[in-house]
Amino acid sequence: MRAVDALMECLKAEGVDVVFGLPGGANLPTYDALVNGGIRHILVRHEAGGGHAAEGYAKATGKVGVAFATSGPGATNLITPITDAMMDSVPCVFVTGQVRTELLGTDGFQEADTIGITMPIVKHSIMIQSPQELPRAIHEAFHIARTGRPGPVLVDIPMDLSRAEIDYEPVSDVRLPGYQPRVEGNQKQIRQAAKALAAAQRPVIYAGGGVVNAEGSEELIEFARSDRFPVTCTLMGLGAYPAPDAQWLGMLGMHGTRAANYAMDEADLICAVGARFDDRITGKLSEFAPRAKFIHIDVDPAEISKNVPAHIPIVGDAKHVLAKLVVEYRAIGADPGRLEAWWSRIEGWKAKYPLSYEDSADSEIKPQFLIQALAEATGGEAILTSDVGQHQMWAAQHYDFPAPRRWINSGGLGTMGFGLPAAMGAAVGCPDRLVCCIAGDGSVQMNAQELATCAQNGIPIKVFIMNNGYLGMVRQWQELFWDGKYSQVDMGEFPDFVKLAEAYGVTGLRFADKTTLVEDIKRAIAIDGPVLVDVRVTREENTYPMIPAGHAAREMVG
Amino acid sequence: MGEPGTKEPLSLEELEAATNMRTGRKHVLSILVENKSGVLTRIAGLFARRGFNIATLTVGPTEDTEISRVTLTVDGALHPIDQVTKQLHKLVNVLKIRDLEPGDTVARELALFKVTADGAQRGELMQIAEIFRGKVVDVTKRAIIIEVTGTTDKIEAFETMVRPFGLIEMMRTGEIAISRGRSET
Repeated sequence: MRAVDALMECLKAEGVDVVFGLPGGANLPTYDALVNGGIRHILVRHEAGGGHAAEGYAKATGKVGVAFATSGPGATNLITPITDAMMDSVPCVFVTGQVRTELLGTDGFQEADTIGITMPIVKHSIMIQSPQELPRAIHEAFHIARTGRPGPVLVDIPMDLSRAEIDYEPVSDVRLPGYQPRVEGNQKQIRQAAKALAAAQRPVIYAGGGVVNAEGSEELIEFARSDRFPVTCTLMGLGAYPAPDAQWLGMLGMHGTRAANYAMDEADLICAVGARFDDRITGKLSEFAPRAKFIHIDVDPAEISKNVPAHIPIVGDAKHVLAKLVVEYRAIGADPGRLEAWWSRIEGWKAKYPLSYEDSADSEIKPQFLIQALAEATGGEAILTSDVGQHQMWAAQHYDFPAPRRWINSGGLGTMGFGLPAAMGAAVGCPDRLVCCIAGDGSVQMNAQELATCAQNGIPIKVFIMNNGYLGMVRQWQELFWDGKYSQVDMGEFPDFVKLAEAYGVTGLRFADKTTLVEDIKRAIAIDGPVLVDVRVTREENTYPMIPAGHAAREMVG
Repeated sequence: MGEPGTKEPLSLEELEAATNMRTGRKHVLSILVENKSGVLTRIAGLFARRGFNIATLTVGPTEDTEISRVTLTVDGALHPIDQVTKQLHKLVNVLKIRDLEPGDTVARELALFKVTADGAQRGELMQIAEIFRGKVVDVTKRAIIIEVTGTTDKIEAFETMVRPFGLIEMMRTGEIAISRGRSET
């Protein structure tokens, strides 16, 4: 069979049930093999849409997302999704076409050095140099993408090699001597961590996306409840610990709650699990959690002590390590009474500084109200994707996520235009679940073309545009930190989103009245097929509270 | 490690953070990599984007044709070596990294010096070369080429000695290093 036919066999052996992509000259053989390949393919309208859809699929299902693109511009259009997947540790395999081997290096038509361009943004990449290598390369790619700290792997296949005949034999083992991720965690270190936790008077659990990736949510909950440990999650970790809950502090970081940030500030021991002390968490590094010692659990050893030196480093994944940590901690029999004073301090913050906003006196929809209405209308049960900006932060603050893999957003890279295609991928991966996207009027236009994909394939995502006519987060920063001088943030009244939806064959609606909003949202959700809703909200509203960039948690404003 | 739950207490005050500090000395990293295309680019690219500066770099075959060795030196005063090696370990084609201990390592570098040498100077240069156990590998009317092998310190000392004569060109390979004793580097 041809190498591309073997590619289909390999994908099926890896459990791939859907691929997102767009054909072109250099991957014509792949698309020919697809016809009888037995794999569902969703034809996207732009490779970036396909890449983000693969990410959304991966984040919603926990499986590896797959996207195809042709050489040159097809591959370069994948750059943003690949970088996004790298920053947020999303397991994805990208298969790109490449020009014929005889044309490599000649600036041939639609030639780009895809391996070279993507080198800094992939977990690994493989250039196929002989057609016989392809099956093993594909299995290696999946193995690397999904194990250890997940991430994007790219396989680049020159066109002449993809159509070449090979002797295909199923590959049953993957041998990668230079890649041996450790997941178990060192028992001695875990015991040391348990003892430190038992000695702590003001502990905080700080959990990130690594808990979601490791499917370690149950273990996190059990660990937190093995005592009354306060829990906060990063933007990427939301849902790993159910909200709301008595031990839940809310999200931490730049737009986190005061309870979470103040608790970090006063903690004597912080147990970081699958989190990487990003600058949006720490603020001013030299004043971050000045009284705390750190336990740092991460499957990627390079994250430990990268930004904040760890006192007890544990290399391993959240699921394995937390399960062992609970056993060790319970065996010590620590006195839960020692946390009384700490909890009364935290309860004081929670009572004094709840997330709040001033609601409108008339029927105007405040953006925070939109999120709360969305939470109410969906019963908190939707998979919610978002773009990047104010709406993302309000969603993170006000939509209480009860379980992992319900909140899908672009955290590390902060990619506008992520939400709509990610929702599409999530809906394809989880056809029985309601998938909503909360988008900004700026962000949504960056991948709006995928509405056509949704319409053509009947992918029933419900997109709610929080429309304030601004690039809202940039406007907020200009208001607060650049003397209120607005520069290039006014998006005006364009486009007419209802007409845009209709042009794409998607139901278009417009909501502007808060008194009927919950019912309106329920009505939109009940419509079959994809729906795009233009929700008119307060034009100038700021996302608070906020730690200004480079400041300490104590300096929260709003 | 045996049963869980040993109860000797632990004091948080006594916990010490991992030292992520600068070591302040030169580190020689001996890195075994799969002999595949693009591996050197991956290493060089990693250093560039993380802001690490490579002082010297040599690449060559090993006794195993499928494996190459990269020897590179990094200034531990400028970079956290721990972070450098952890990031290198993340490259799938990197098999093994050793941060060679100076006392346990034999390190050598080869250098070629082209020095202005006419008449009287030639004899003096040849004497200096002899003291440094260098070899004169080429002589022309107005120049001399001397080959010196040794540690970086020795080569730098030789350079200091010949520079006043008129150093036309100097070429250095960068260090290669091997661990002492029976065990593999």
